Order: sequence, then C-alpha cells, then structure tokens
Amino acid sequence: MNLTIIDWIIMLLYFAFVLGIGFVLKSRVKTSTDFFLAGRAIPAWICGLAFLSANLGAQEVIGMAASGAKYGIATSHFYWIGAIPAMVFVGIFMMPFYYGSRARSVPEYLRLRFDEKTRGLNAISFATMTVFSSGISMYAMARLIQTLHILDAPFQRLSVSPQWIFHVSIAFSALIVLAYILLGGLSSAIYNEVLQFFLIVAGFSPLVWLGLKSVGGWHELTKRVPAAYTHSWVGMGSPQTNPMGVEWFGLVMGLGFVLSFGYWCTDFLVIQRAMAADSMSAARRTPLIAAVPKMLFPFLVILPGLIAIAVPAETPAAVVVSSSNPPQHRYLGRGLIPPKIDDSTGRPKLDENGYPVLDYDLAIPNMLLHYFPTGLLGLGVTALLASFMSGMAGNVTAFNTVWTYDIYQSYIRPNASDQHYLAMGRFATVFGIALSIAAAYAATRFNNIMDMLQLVFAFVNAPLFATFLLGMFWKRATGHGAFFGLISGTAAAALHHGLTLPSGAVPGIKGAWLGSLLHVYPSEMAQNFWTAIWAWTTCFVMTIVISLATRPRPEKELTGLVYSLTERPREEHLAWYKRPLALGAGVIALTLVLNLIFR
Amino acid sequence: MGLDIRLPIGALFTILGVLLAGYGLGSNATVYQRSLGINVNLVWGMVLLVFGMVMILLGRRGASHGSKLEDRNHPAKTQP
Repeated sequence: MNLTIIDWIIMLLYFAFVLGIGFVLKSRVKTSTDFFLAGRAIPAWICGLAFLSANLGAQEVIGMAASGAKYGIATSHFYWIGAIPAMVFVGIFMMPFYYGSRARSVPEYLRLRFDEKTRGLNAISFATMTVFSSGISMYAMARLIQTLHILDAPFQRLSVSPQWIFHVSIAFSALIVLAYILLGGLSSAIYNEVLQFFLIVAGFSPLVWLGLKSVGGWHELTKRVPAAYTHSWVGMGSPQTNPMGVEWFGLVMGLGFVLSFGYWCTDFLVIQRAMAADSMSAARRTPLIAAVPKMLFPFLVILPGLIAIAVPAETPAAVVVSSSNPPQHRYLGRGLIPPKIDDSTGRPKLDENGYPVLDYDLAIPNMLLHYFPTGLLGLGVTALLASFMSGMAGNVTAFNTVWTYDIYQSYIRPNASDQHYLAMGRFATVFGIALSIAAAYAATRFNNIMDMLQLVFAFVNAPLFATFLLGMFWKRATGHGAFFGLISGTAAAALHHGLTLPSGAVPGIKGAWLGSLLHVYPSEMAQNFWTAIWAWTTCFVMTIVISLATRPRPEKELTGLVYSLTERPREEHLAWYKRPLALGAGVIALTLVLNLIFR
Repeated sequence: MGLDIRLPIGALFTILGVLLAGYGLGSNATVYQRSLGINVNLVWGMVLLVFGMVMILLGRRGASHGSKLEDRNHPAKTQP
C-alpha cells in the first residue's frame, strides 16, 4: 500500500484529536464516578452512539464484511434479528433496573439482586474476557497493518527491520488507548467512540458508493452474485437452501434470542455506556438510539463484502493483497477475495475438495485498496484503525470498572477512600492493557489456545440471559438458583459442544471432544446456535428448580431490582419522540420493513 | 461533562474536509482511475466539510442554549 503525505496527515490528525479529547477531559475527572461512569452526565445521543461504537471492534467491520462475502445479505441477521430486538428489550425493560438500582456495573447488579457468589462468578469471567477481547483486537490490528504494508515505507526510510512492524503497531495502539483512558476515563472513551463512529461512517460510505457504482447498482449486483446471497429469509426453511447452513428456528432462537439477548442485555461493555447517561430516560433511550444506525450498518459493512465478490476477478487490480503476498501464478480468488496462502509452501491452501480456501477477512482492506485513491485511502485506513481502537478501549474501560468495583473493592480492599479507588482504576487501566498485550502475543504463538478460550467464553456467556431474565422478572429467583443455574448452563453448553460436530469437521476444537458423537449439524453456525439454546434452557430450568427449593429473599430487599416490585419510570413529562416505548416501537417497525425489503 | 463533543467532531471533519477537497482540487486525474474517474477527494471532502460545519454550528447553538434539555432536570433518584 502506497500511502502519501496526505494520507499520513489525515491519520495523524485523527490521533491528535483522540489525545486532545483526553487532555481536555483530564481536569474534569475528580472522583471514581467521573472516571468509571463519566459522572453519569452524558446526554442520550452520545451514549447511544458510544453504545454502538464500543461494539464496533475488529469483529464488526472486518468480520461482517467477510461474512457478507461468504454468506451474502443473510449476514444482516446478525443485526436485524441478532441485535435490534435485544437492544429494544434492554432499553425498555431492563434499563430501569440497571440504572435505577444505582449499581455501578452489571456484576454489581447481580450482587444486589442475588448474592456475592453470583457477582464474583460474573465479574471474574467478564474481566478475563475483556482482557482477551482487547488483546485479540490489538493482535488483529497489528496483523492488518503488516498485511497491508502500511508501515513498510516509513520503516524502510528509517532503515528499521520490517520485523518490528508488528511490535510497533501493538505498542502504538496500546499507548494511544492507554493515554486517552488514563486522562479522561470513561467520558474520554465514550467521546472518542462517538468520534470513531462518525469516522467509520465517513470512511466506509464512499466505499459502498463507489463499489455499487462500479458494479452498476444494486440490481446489477444481485445479478452478479448467486440468488441466495441477496436474500435474508428466502431459503431459511432448511439448512441446505441457504449459505449459512442454518434453519429459521435455530436462527431465531439461537442467534435472535439466546446469543443476542445474552450479549446486548447483559454485557457490561455496552451497558456501561448507558449507565453513564445523565438521566433514567436517557439511559433507556441509549440502546434505542443506537438501534437506528445499527439497523443500517449492514449497508456499510456487509455490502462491501458482497461487492467484493461481485467485482470481476479478471480485473488486473483484483489481486491487491493476499495473506502473505507471494507471486500469484493463477488467480484462484473470488472477485477481490484472494485465496489463503499456505505459509510453508507459498501456494494457495486447498480444502478437502480441492477448492482454494478464501481469505474473506481481506474483503474490506482489498475494497479500500481497489477503489480509494490516495487522500480518501488515508481516511479509509484511519476509519479501520478507529474501529480497532474503539473495540479495544471499550473492553479496557469495562475491565477497569469491573476490576476496581467488583473485584478489588469487594474482595481485596473494601472501605478505602474514593481517591484510592480512582487511583486503582488508573492503575487497572495500565495493567489491563499490559495483560491485553500479553494476550495479543499469546495469540501469535498459540492460535489454538485463543480458539479454545473463545469457546470457553461462549459457554460462559450462553446461559447469562436466563439468569438476568429470571432475576428481573421473577421475584422468587434466589442467589443459589442463579449461581448453580449459571454453572449448569455453562456445563450444558460444554456438554452439547462436546457431543456434536458440524458436518465435515473432525473431532477436537470444533466439537465431539467427549469421545462420542450424538448429532452432526449442517454447519458450525447451526452448532453454535444450538449450543446456546441448550445452555440457556438448562440455566433457565435449573434456576427455577433450585430457586423453588431454596429460601426466597424478603420482598422489601428487592424493591428497585425486580419488575413487579419496582415503580414504573415516569415519562409523561417527555416529548413523545423521547419516550422509550414510542422509540422502541418505531425501531421495531423499521426493522420489520428492512426484513421485508431484503427478505 | 462540560465539553460539547460536537465541537471537536466538527473541527476534525472541517479540517479533514478542507484537506481532502484541497488535495482533490490540486491532484491530477490519473489518481482517480481507481475511483471510476470520479474526483472522490473533492466530492467527499466537500461532504465532510459541510458535515463538520453543521456540527460546529449545532455545538455552538447548544452551548448558547445551555443545558436546557428538559429531562436533565429529572434525574433518577430511585434507591435500591
């Protein structure tokens, strides 16, 4: 990639603003609430965009475009089914308890509602997860900088060995995120996430515009890709008739209910953004405001993937970058998607049927290189870097809060002064980032360990929503019920995964590691969705059974924590368009329309 | 938190817009072979410039209105 001076100026300008925001906010951080919860003083629209942006990490931009190239428009299920309903639910029904209980974190809500052990379980697994997620973001970003040869020219000029590019990329991204969080805490992270949101939109919109124009518009695009790629619902009747290999029930229940509600309604990474809002109604509006751009994001991130496979492969510029840039003999890719290259042989990797394995993750980078001239290319690369950083910063701010409030203050040093916890929060930011760096390096060495960890996290997360649902809407649910329900849900997920396999896979990390094979799913996605369904159902049933067998908490202790014992938030004073119910209904209606258009 | 985020966003996009559009005016057409012959730097630079100026305008108006957002005066006071 040849970046010129204008591209570098754009990139540096962005970094200057990111740090500048941190510096401006520095003087405003005086208490731990300022640092961890942004003083609960942020307007709804800012929280809303940060809510969205904190989730806009590496997986989102690179991964969704990759998935768009692999599965087509059906990828939008991850938004329209897999996010919007849950975002509406958390805003309307759950936020009154998160915000109203004055809990400072999601694990703290669990302590208020259930007990210490349930909080501890959630806090520790969540803190570990955030560190690894931010490490993976960091790793992915450094790999991308290497693959795109962004730093090759400047390194050559400074006569530094290109081996250092990976290390410098890791160190640089870590330092930027560290600096702006240390300076301004959560407000700095939130403000930067909003900036990143606009930058991502500004950087990727022209990509969609130019891409669609070059293939001759949407209708021409639909003619160039297989019919199944342009529909989200047609073909969902059976796993055999859609590229994802799932059927509608697994999709709606697994993705749309268990996984999506489990993430958007319980993950402190996003909930923290709403908790920073300046009022209850602003907190409730946060996910609803976020839902509007969220439902439109498929056009920004999935469409480029679809365009990437529709661009004729014979275009000379098609082979822009492949995983390790060997000389290409015969083009085996699909459109702008190059085949994966086997590092040991330097030749394209082939699957068991002899077809090349495609490197879908390069959809967005290759689209940028294919369409963007110098100038706009700088903006596009900056947008990409911004997306990595917002994902990283989101994890780090969630980590320092859960560490300080839920682990340090609860188990290590209770009853210290607020200034002490503020200092601890800053310190936690430093070692959280240090641990992320360690995770990023672990990813370079032990790829399997990272896959395994992600699998374990999936087991831990899958049952979570059952616990929260029962906790918020059933006053009889008890702490023992919640704790052992969660454990049994995680165990059920592991058991299900250990006894099933996606078709074509071998026993091991993909499943069936318990020795026997009970069921073969048509695809890995179907297996994941059903693992989640089993975990959720087990947790739900076990929590109810154990709760009924254990002593309930007195009702007066549960006021403000459970639906039936909490006064409904008043919103008569709000204009109709600021009422969560009206907003939520609007969001659902718009999502339905999108589903109908792209059915 | 006292800082209206629209101001720095507006400032960044205004500068980006001026930079891109200016570069678009000065660069020659061969640069734009990739982008289907369209001078995207100029076009998109103008879009960013307009967006940036609107943000600054909104931020300044918001600052002069103070924080009159009606539900700011009704923060949640529910205690567990």
